[in-house]
Amino acid sequence: MLESWPAIADGIAGVLLVLGASLSTVAGIGLFRFPDQLSRMHAGTKPQVLGLLLVLLALAFAWRAWVWVPVLVLAWVLQMLTAPVSAHLVGRAGYRTKHLKREMLYTDELADVVASHDDQGRPAATADQRTVPQPDPTDHRGRD
Amino acid sequence: MSVLEIAGYISLALLAAGGVAAIYRIVVGPSILDRAIATDVLLIIISSALCVEMAVNHHTDNIVFVVVASVIGFVGSVTLSRFVAERRKEPVEHA
Repeated sequence: MLESWPAIADGIAGVLLVLGASLSTVAGIGLFRFPDQLSRMHAGTKPQVLGLLLVLLALAFAWRAWVWVPVLVLAWVLQMLTAPVSAHLVGRAGYRTKHLKREMLYTDELADVVASHDDQGRPAATADQRTVPQPDPTDHRGRD
Repeated sequence: MSVLEIAGYISLALLAAGGVAAIYRIVVGPSILDRAIATDVLLIIISSALCVEMAVNHHTDNIVFVVVASVIGFVGSVTLSRFVAERRKEPVEHA
């Protein structure tokens, strides 16, 4: 077992490399074919989390050195922390700029909130104030 | 040719296919947010290709780029989406 361990680890690394790379291909096919922005986001996040995890695991099996494991964990943890935030912001901007196909949504819980607030994020008092926006460039409240 | 080298060639072919599709979406993509998503995918494909090369050749030269690339992609897509959200609020009198 111990004599053949490097060959076994190389085999595991090769399988993990192919699996991780195939997730990138899947993301490319999804980016190529899917019809609107939200579904393309769904495809694009596949290699960001699982694909990178598989490739980094393959690196760990190929190197077989414990000193590099914290660096690989750091790379994956950074990706896990940043991918949801950027996906949230991109999806939010895409929703508010109407880059989605309504007929593809089964449910839309955000529509009521967006419709009942004005552009500054305050509750809209009447329908007249909603239809006539009053931009105030010095007011940055509620811009998130 | 070892098992790891064969797996490396297959992986690089798969990554190249995904990269071509991502570049197509960057060129065609109707909105700037589609281009942001495709650029994120392209960045992760590039760092995956670096990982494949490091695994096949058994060296650790490029792991720093793989760590930094995730942060760079985060800053890029967050900046782009903020830019789009700000542009939306400008008055459009010439539309």
